[in-house]
Amino acid sequence: MSEAAIHDSRRPVPPVSKKDLDRGDRLLLGREVVVNRYTRWARINHWITAISLILLALTGLALFHPSLYWLTGLFGGGQFTRMIHPWIGVVLFFSFAGLFVRFFRLNLPAREDAQWTARIGDVLKGNEEKLPEIGKYNAGQKFVFWAMSILIVTLIISGLGVWEEYFSDLLTIPQRRVAVLVHSMAAVAIICVWIVHVYAAFWVQGTLSAMTRGKVTGGWAWRHHRKWLRALAAYGQRDDVTPGDKR
Amino acid sequence: MTINVNPPVAADTQQQMGPQDYIRRSASTVPEPARKLEAVAKLIDVSKCIGCKACQSACLEWNDLREEVGVNVGVYDNPHDLTPNTLTLMRFTEWVNDENGNLEWLIRKDGCMHCSDPGCLKACPAPGAIVQYSNGVVDFVKENCIGCGYCVQGCPFNIPRISKVDNRAYKCTLCSDRIAVGQGPACAKACPTKAIVFGTKEEMKAHAANRIEDLKSRGFANAGLYDPPGVGGTHVMYVLHHADKPTIYAGLPDNPRISPVVEAWKGVTKYAGLALMGVAAAAGVVHMAISGRNRVTVEDDDEARRLTAQAPGAQPLDPDKEPMA
Amino acid sequence: MTNSWTDIRNTDLVVIMGGNAAEAHPCGFKWVTEAKANRGAKLIVVDPRFTRSAAVADYYAPIRQGSDIAFLLGVIKYCIDNDKVQWDYVKAFTNAAYIVKDGFAYSDGLFTGYDAEKREYDRSTWDYEIGDDGYVLTDETLQNPRCVWNLLKEHIAQYTPEMVERICGTPKEKFLKVAEMISECSARDKTMTSMYALGWTQHSKGSQNIRSMAMLQLILGNIGVRGGGMNALRGHSNIQGLTDVGLMSNLIPGYLNIPTEREVDYATYISSRGFKPLRPNQMSYWQNYSKFFVSFQKAMWGSAATPENDFAYHYLPKLDLPAYDILRAFEMMDQGQMHGYFCQGFNPLLSFPDRGKITRSLAKLKYLVVIDPLETETSRFWENHGTFNDVDSASIQTEVYQLPSTCFAEDEGALVNSGRWLQWHWAAQNPPGEAKHDTWVMAQLFNRLKKLYQEEGGKFAEPILNLHWPYADPEDPKPDEIARELNGYTVTELRDPNDPTKVLVEAGKQVSGFGVLRDDGSTACGCWIYSGCFTEAGNMMARRDNADPDATGAYSNWTFSWPANRRILYNRASADLDGKAWDPSRKLIEWNGEKWEGYDVPDIAVTAKPREVGPFIMNPEGQSRLFTRGMMRDGPFPAHYEPFESPVVNVVAPAIRGNPVARVFESDRETFGDADEFPYAATSYRLTEHFHYWTKHVWVNAVLQPEFFVEISEELAAEKGIDKGGWCRVWNKRGSVHAKAVVTKRIQPLVCDGKPVHIVGIPLHWGFTGAAKNGMGPNSLTPFVGDANIETPEFKAFLVNIERSDGPASA
Repeated sequence: MSEAAIHDSRRPVPPVSKKDLDRGDRLLLGREVVVNRYTRWARINHWITAISLILLALTGLALFHPSLYWLTGLFGGGQFTRMIHPWIGVVLFFSFAGLFVRFFRLNLPAREDAQWTARIGDVLKGNEEKLPEIGKYNAGQKFVFWAMSILIVTLIISGLGVWEEYFSDLLTIPQRRVAVLVHSMAAVAIICVWIVHVYAAFWVQGTLSAMTRGKVTGGWAWRHHRKWLRALAAYGQRDDVTPGDKR
Repeated sequence: MTINVNPPVAADTQQQMGPQDYIRRSASTVPEPARKLEAVAKLIDVSKCIGCKACQSACLEWNDLREEVGVNVGVYDNPHDLTPNTLTLMRFTEWVNDENGNLEWLIRKDGCMHCSDPGCLKACPAPGAIVQYSNGVVDFVKENCIGCGYCVQGCPFNIPRISKVDNRAYKCTLCSDRIAVGQGPACAKACPTKAIVFGTKEEMKAHAANRIEDLKSRGFANAGLYDPPGVGGTHVMYVLHHADKPTIYAGLPDNPRISPVVEAWKGVTKYAGLALMGVAAAAGVVHMAISGRNRVTVEDDDEARRLTAQAPGAQPLDPDKEPMA
Repeated sequence: MTNSWTDIRNTDLVVIMGGNAAEAHPCGFKWVTEAKANRGAKLIVVDPRFTRSAAVADYYAPIRQGSDIAFLLGVIKYCIDNDKVQWDYVKAFTNAAYIVKDGFAYSDGLFTGYDAEKREYDRSTWDYEIGDDGYVLTDETLQNPRCVWNLLKEHIAQYTPEMVERICGTPKEKFLKVAEMISECSARDKTMTSMYALGWTQHSKGSQNIRSMAMLQLILGNIGVRGGGMNALRGHSNIQGLTDVGLMSNLIPGYLNIPTEREVDYATYISSRGFKPLRPNQMSYWQNYSKFFVSFQKAMWGSAATPENDFAYHYLPKLDLPAYDILRAFEMMDQGQMHGYFCQGFNPLLSFPDRGKITRSLAKLKYLVVIDPLETETSRFWENHGTFNDVDSASIQTEVYQLPSTCFAEDEGALVNSGRWLQWHWAAQNPPGEAKHDTWVMAQLFNRLKKLYQEEGGKFAEPILNLHWPYADPEDPKPDEIARELNGYTVTELRDPNDPTKVLVEAGKQVSGFGVLRDDGSTACGCWIYSGCFTEAGNMMARRDNADPDATGAYSNWTFSWPANRRILYNRASADLDGKAWDPSRKLIEWNGEKWEGYDVPDIAVTAKPREVGPFIMNPEGQSRLFTRGMMRDGPFPAHYEPFESPVVNVVAPAIRGNPVARVFESDRETFGDADEFPYAATSYRLTEHFHYWTKHVWVNAVLQPEFFVEISEELAAEKGIDKGGWCRVWNKRGSVHAKAVVTKRIQPLVCDGKPVHIVGIPLHWGFTGAAKNGMGPNSLTPFVGDANIETPEFKAFLVNIERSDGPASA
């Protein structure tokens, strides 16, 4: 492979390194180009987290506003809703912790994030050609990642503080009042972030398969994460980049 | 005025009291009741109380509650706090009056104050778990309680307790079951010194005025009625010898009100939060409508093929399988 | 009580001293709060501890336990010095003017006639000068130096406020404030009530504590009036009834006496009970003694009691000692002189002093019968419960029988309250399990004993074989049958003594009152003071009419008050010499020119003219006694004596330990401690959450006060390194207990005779049976000492030491 091969790039070609790849990121060549974006375990981990978050949102919203109390009916009533919500929270916390460990490295800020963010208008218009070449995650995805991280920590801490069944003595009542307020505000925030996340996944065609089958098309990678594709093209084969991958 | 230990309740409270008399219902609305019961109140005259705990005992007996046999921790307060079974508790404070150096043993019967503006009810997310009757009684409806503990956060007096056994909230009901049939609360009936009396709120205020006059004549210049306006007044009131310093009575709040944090949580956050989520979802819909989906083009696929054509070490695809459905 | 609970609401000043009414009598205490709320009455509490009563008092003054007499004599001195005396009352209704015999004197803590060897007085000089007419000599001007008034003034001269402070530890200004408030009640329109209980009785000079206040009340003119009186708050719901019906070793019902050995026949017995009036025209009601006694004998032995056999006088046991009180009973057990013990409705293992001695004594019995609704510690005294009952079960050979009996709610009958009201109550439910009514148990015992005597014979069988047993079911006498018997009935028809042709009452009728009882065998009456409780009109005790005309607090148609449904004793004294109420707003009875009328049943004959018959009809004087003659064993005036174990020496009589005639057994002296070894003044008491050792069996009460503790001041706790809520050990020569420490501002160190005195308060409700936590009680520590007159144990003042501990081994 050589730089000359990429003859029609309209944007400056960023330098890539093996550090732009996660374990399990693989290039598969044939009639079409296919890229392994998420391993099976990463996907299982994600969906546990996702299902937890949805259940938490439903059970939480049920207790958040009276007009949504009917949602408790989905969970066998108020008592059971109240009982499972924090347990799901615990599941989510540990599940997300797994995701965090998997994903945090490539979600660290990069130079092109600022540029990407500055051109958010073009992002929304889908003018990808006006954006810098992006690695595995763009700034929007990173925002979702870090927002989730911070909010989940906030939610688990404030949530434990108001978990009446086991930790009612942990905090004073004034502290618990603050905790429950923080918990509800953080919950609103995380639901909004989740909406952004889900919407983005739908809006950008071809994204969902990353989390369903673990694969995206080469075209998808070229269009949205070209820097990542370049790194795959350059280093994807190296065993030392993808040690232990079982695929 | 002499108040009976087991007072005849005013005629208009002798009627059955029931759901038709709700003026507030947690996490839901109620129709304007057809009639308005006369406001009732329990008056606790701290200056007459001898701390005998007959009220505590009567409360356990009438409500058929079984508290644990605890230990002594160096004070007379037993149990040491309100619990799901101890709905009322005598709290003892040894207080030295700076003005004359005299020791005063302040004994206050703690329990639900039955606020006119009840913080528990405001905080409660479960429809109908907390109700307020037009006579002022604030009651927990066990069947509807989900045990979340929000009422604990909502209460300015630290009263409700959540049972570890059935995960439901408990507090003094003002013996709503007795009041409904024209009786006073069990504690008032048991009180040997008439330190606890029950009647209409107006009667109780008049009785309190007499008591305050008596206390002032005995040198308690700051004697007064505790009926805190911050929660709209209460249906359990105290006569205090030192009404200027409620906190000396085992931390009775000086000026209780529903915490601004709770107000924020149950007010602006609740509505703003829903709105925000709605806006986020709507924004997605609008965006999709305007800009359509962000699709991968044939060119993108070509470019990808071109870029990766010579990628060293890339794994071959199984040609028999369609890689991306 | 001279008055009733409901009458307390009429008072202007309540003095709670020697008791803690709010704590131990919360229901009765309501009348104090009523008096305060509706009359503006004031409440004074004088107590070593700032009690629950003190919590609602207008004024509290501390006092060292066991120094009440000095305090009260100090108040009397204050009243006399400041001319706060109800003079008309004192002159008319007390023996102030009586001349006392030459030879009577008091010095160095002793009255004349003391015999140190026998620990008793020759009381012959303690009496009045009697004139040639047989009546007492008096000096109405009170000038004679030998008159009671002047002797009293002389006797109390040393109890100055400074002396009171030295003895009692009560700061002088607090004492003076109390004295001043009390002295105001010498006014005719002001009354004070004294509410006391075991804080006064449980001392080696308990009777004199009470006398001191009684004298003060007489000087203030507060006896016999509404809102006044000497009001003993009885410690058990029916303990008044217990003494009334003579459940004492030296009494038969109605405060009649068991004969002594010296009274070999009825004539001798009755001769010393003539009670001839000491003043002209006086009633001296005890002149009717023979009527009450003979009627009692008829109730006991029916037709076997005849004029010919002195109404079976010889059936009665004869005392060789003044009394077989509980202390003596256990001393005898310990000495191996008593082998069997019936224990019905009480719990000596926790109730009697010096638990070690009680355990030792019970272990020496051949058999012990416990009749009780509860599993008492006494019935389990032989069982090892670790530190809480550390006995060697194998070495105890006492055979214990437990007979389960019934609680009040399973019984029908009358309970007599402190105010002498016989209140009938009905069973609320059937007894559980094998429990049986006490009457059934006693009937079974009697019937089986009788059968044994009938079949096998035996020594002196007649009193048992001839016992009058007229019950419909001899196996199970019913409460109303017994009540009828107590009331009394005519055995034969009663004829008018002035007109023998006229039949007043037919035979076999319930008598209307003790006034119709006779000493010729024509009437029978189980307890003369109860006569009138169950008449031909029915069960007066079951009346429930709470009407109270003019709101006097009398409630005359509510149950029955002995004697004769009288609500306030000595009520003639509520009116002046001419029969007009001292305070018109508190009228009780008044002379209308022909007879006495008002709200209560007059004490004296309704037609007895004022200025003729005195109000105190039970005294041959017709007047009350500031000087008690020889009626009390330890002196005609009260004098200050220290408790047997005292942190300070007696400053008025340094050579004397305790009350010189108090009940002490030589064998117990070695268990007494001194202040150098046991420096802290301990006292014992009840808490409102419990009733003795009973309610710890009730779950709710156990919750309200679960665990044994002692109370000490913050100063003593700091000195000893004892933490609030931590463990401490309290001990003396008699025992040792571990307890939780309640460290409180309510107990303050006192300064007595210049020396700081720390107080250790020990409540008494815990044992090793029941729902509450296992614990110990004060009787592990209290001395085996009794009051000089009635042998009540000295539970209220003793010495201990205290230290921080890690708690009992098995806690």
